[in-house]
Amino acid sequence: MPVNVKAKLVKKEALKKDVFKFSVKAKEIVDISKPGHFIEIRVSDQVEPFLRRPISIYNMDKENGILEFIFQVKGKGTDILSQKQVGDEVDIIGPLGNGKFDYSKYQNLAIIGGGIGVFPLYELAKEAKEDGKNVTTYLGFRNKDFVLLEDEFKNVSDELVLATDDGSYGKNGFAINFLKEDIEKGKIDSIYACGPLPMLRAVKKLAEETGIPAQVSLEEKMGCGMGVCLGCAVKTASSPKDSPSYVYVCKTGPVFDSTFVEF
Amino acid sequence: MNLEVNLGGIKLKNPVTVASGTFGYGREYSEFYDLGEIGAICTKGTSLRPKTGNKAPRVCETSSGMLNAIGLENKGLEYFAEFDLPFLKKFDTKIIVNTFGSTVEDYVEACRFLNKLDIDGVEINLSCPNVKAGCMAFGNTYEGVKEVTEKCRRVIDKPLIVKLTPNVTDITQTAKAVEDAGADGVSLINTLMGMKIDIDKRRPVLANNTGGLSGPAIKPVAVRMVYQVAQKVKIPILGLGGIVSGDDAIEFMLAGASAISIGSGNFIDPYVAPKTVKGIEDYMKKYNISDVNDIIGKVEMN
Ligand SMILES: Cc1cc2nc3c(=O)[nH]c(=O)nc-3n(C[C@H](O)[C@H](O)[C@H](O)COP(=O)(O)OP(=O)(O)OC[C@H]3O[C@@H](n4cnc5c(N)ncnc54)[C@H](O)[C@@H]3O)c2cc1C
Ligand SMILES: Cc1cc2nc3c(=O)[nH]c(=O)nc-3n(C[C@H](O)[C@H](O)[C@H](O)COP(=O)(O)O)c2cc1C
Ligand code: FES
Repeated sequence: MPVNVKAKLVKKEALKKDVFKFSVKAKEIVDISKPGHFIEIRVSDQVEPFLRRPISIYNMDKENGILEFIFQVKGKGTDILSQKQVGDEVDIIGPLGNGKFDYSKYQNLAIIGGGIGVFPLYELAKEAKEDGKNVTTYLGFRNKDFVLLEDEFKNVSDELVLATDDGSYGKNGFAINFLKEDIEKGKIDSIYACGPLPMLRAVKKLAEETGIPAQVSLEEKMGCGMGVCLGCAVKTASSPKDSPSYVYVCKTGPVFDSTFVEF
Repeated sequence: MNLEVNLGGIKLKNPVTVASGTFGYGREYSEFYDLGEIGAICTKGTSLRPKTGNKAPRVCETSSGMLNAIGLENKGLEYFAEFDLPFLKKFDTKIIVNTFGSTVEDYVEACRFLNKLDIDGVEINLSCPNVKAGCMAFGNTYEGVKEVTEKCRRVIDKPLIVKLTPNVTDITQTAKAVEDAGADGVSLINTLMGMKIDIDKRRPVLANNTGGLSGPAIKPVAVRMVYQVAQKVKIPILGLGGIVSGDDAIEFMLAGASAISIGSGNFIDPYVAPKTVKGIEDYMKKYNISDVNDIIGKVEMN
């Protein structure tokens, strides 16, 4: 049941150069959103740029009806968005997607994210911890300059493992290697991932090798964002190559069991 | 104020419809407003048998518009009749089913099937640039369009509309073929074939390489084509291509469209269709027009 709101920007924060955190008043959306949901933002009321931009929900303050999202300026859409000022309205449709990081059956959660893929994992870690789960979070960044949200994730995790590819901050190497070690120690019973494709593929492989189930949040280019245009197709793993069967990132996903889809 | 128009025998409560492939079967947008507020819904293109689609990326943004190469993915007419039609019937709006095939026989079979359903009209899509070989061949020439339309006409008692591709040298020729074959209306335009290249990867953005361009970027082309076709045929025109407002809709109607359709505009504003109805009313008030039919084709050339 997505809704379209003009949400007032109540707080704007630059986390680093070209990465912004927006807090908007969007009670209608917050009331019905769950970890894994995303929103679509129309950055201009003109027809250029044309399409809405998909952005994950980072954090929700349910009591005050505040929705927070974080985005990196990539191209013209996010650039225009970044110029909004406190008091301006943001045209948002949400919640979208299945909102289904589903951890109810598990106790020892590994939450793993890389780069700008870490944003949708915060609300997940927060809610899982509130529900009494054991949350270990693994965050990977390219180097020290890219590290984001360390304290925030620390507060919602029982343990935070932070790694950089070049070792310039935190542990040295890919975050997934540390997850692997913990799985071998028997500390983990399920994995929740969002981040760059190579990382997600590594998670998929790790899940296959260890038998630990993994849920991944995927990205794809979108038209409508709500299951109408069939633009954001991803092939199901079980369907044959010559007659592929598709599901949709915006509707069936963005969170999928890693064995369900091909990516 | 009268907003009712007649689209080849389909009485629309207002001239605003939503375009095939951009509104699914109505479910998603029905969560935003009562679908009874708009004149008609043209369903997602649905073929006799289910059809799979193209690899992703299937869509990408372009200047004031977008490209798509969905590949006409759909679950087939039987599924539609069982699961989607009953849903659509709940609303006080007209249902126009868009269909296509890869052979003439496919079209005829689909039309035969549709003729039995409780729907208000059929729109055959002779303009699918994303499907290799396929229907593109029929949509390009007077003879091709006439043949398919005639054969469909024979098996359809309901209003029959033919949707044309703009990717031709002279769209008035194919429009004339639709009229000569006895169809009740013609809809134009479908998407214009386009391509976008990722300059870093040096590859087209769409997995299919090319795709159909839609959105405000194509509106002037569409308006021009509607005008030209209106000079050439007497059957009503369903005009579309880049409409996102009442003012856009009025442009198409002045050019000669009896009704209009909104496509990609739905993606950027889920309320665009009811807003367009309101926009048409505002225009009528402003110019003291009591019947929307008095706008149709009333452009005066310089
Ligand atoms: C489900 C989902 C959740 C996302 N969550 C976040 C988030 O929380 N924070 C964040 O910074 N980014 C997120 N992204 C990526 C974000 O959507 C893109 O960075 C953004 O659309 C780029 O727009 P632009 O105008 O700046 O770039 P441009 O390059 O100008 O965009 C051109 C077109 O490509 C599309 N596009 C570009 N990159 C992507 C991408 N990675 N995925 C899908 N479409 C893309 C744009 O939407 C636009 O239609 C998410 C993407 C998806 C699919
Ligand atoms: C994602 C998408 C899917 C489409 N699918 C169909 C289709 O199945 N059948 C059809 O006749 N036209 C299809 N079209 C074309 C539209 O109905 C319309 O003719 C075109 O997009 C121009 O209108 P617009 O600029 O308002 O979008 C599709 C367009 C888009 C953007
Ligand atoms: S973006 Fe339209 S179906 Fe997913």
